Amino acid sequence: MIDTVVAVLLLASGCLALTAALGLWRLPDFFLRMHAPALASTLASWLVTLGSIVHFSAREHSLSLHVWLIIILLSITTPVTTVVLARAALFRRRQAGDALPPPLGGER
Amino acid sequence: MSPPLAVAISVTLVLYVLAMALGLLRLMRGPSAQDRVLALDFMYVVAMLVMLVLAIRYDSSMYFEGALLMAMFGFVSSVALARFLLRGEVIE
Repeated sequence: MIDTVVAVLLLASGCLALTAALGLWRLPDFFLRMHAPALASTLASWLVTLGSIVHFSAREHSLSLHVWLIIILLSITTPVTTVVLARAALFRRRQAGDALPPPLGGER
Repeated sequence: MSPPLAVAISVTLVLYVLAMALGLLRLMRGPSAQDRVLALDFMYVVAMLVMLVLAIRYDSSMYFEGALLMAMFGFVSSVALARFLLRGEVIE
């Protein structure tokens, strides 16, 4: 029973990681491509972490939550990486004189 | 470990390897430098997930430290590379 739950969580996470990689490979523009890896660093990592917690808790007959540290670390670091990389990409495009994506905020 | 779980772990690892191969293709192809940094960051995350799945496979919590280190080094290297793209130098 426990093994089935862990197996389903792991398979779902594998499919999500592959979906993220397909998005990274197929999407046409860099700013579109930035969306895809977020799937791997949020939902796929959450599912693997949940599977790990369920597996080790069932094996040791006590709640083992230390894998949760990875989720905390990832949820702090991923937005920082994304924002810094997006700013770098905007800067480099402006330097090269290429077309920029429209600014947020609509009519202004 | 029951046979269904072992099969599921193998299939999951194969899916991760496919994802990493697509990330590697983007890393080699990527038209601009920021595409390569993005692909490298993605591959760091997937390698960390591989470590977590191996921890379940071998019933050992030693892999957890490896995954934690991989997440931290992935963050540091991605931010350093993005800073380098932004400024031309990492530490001012």
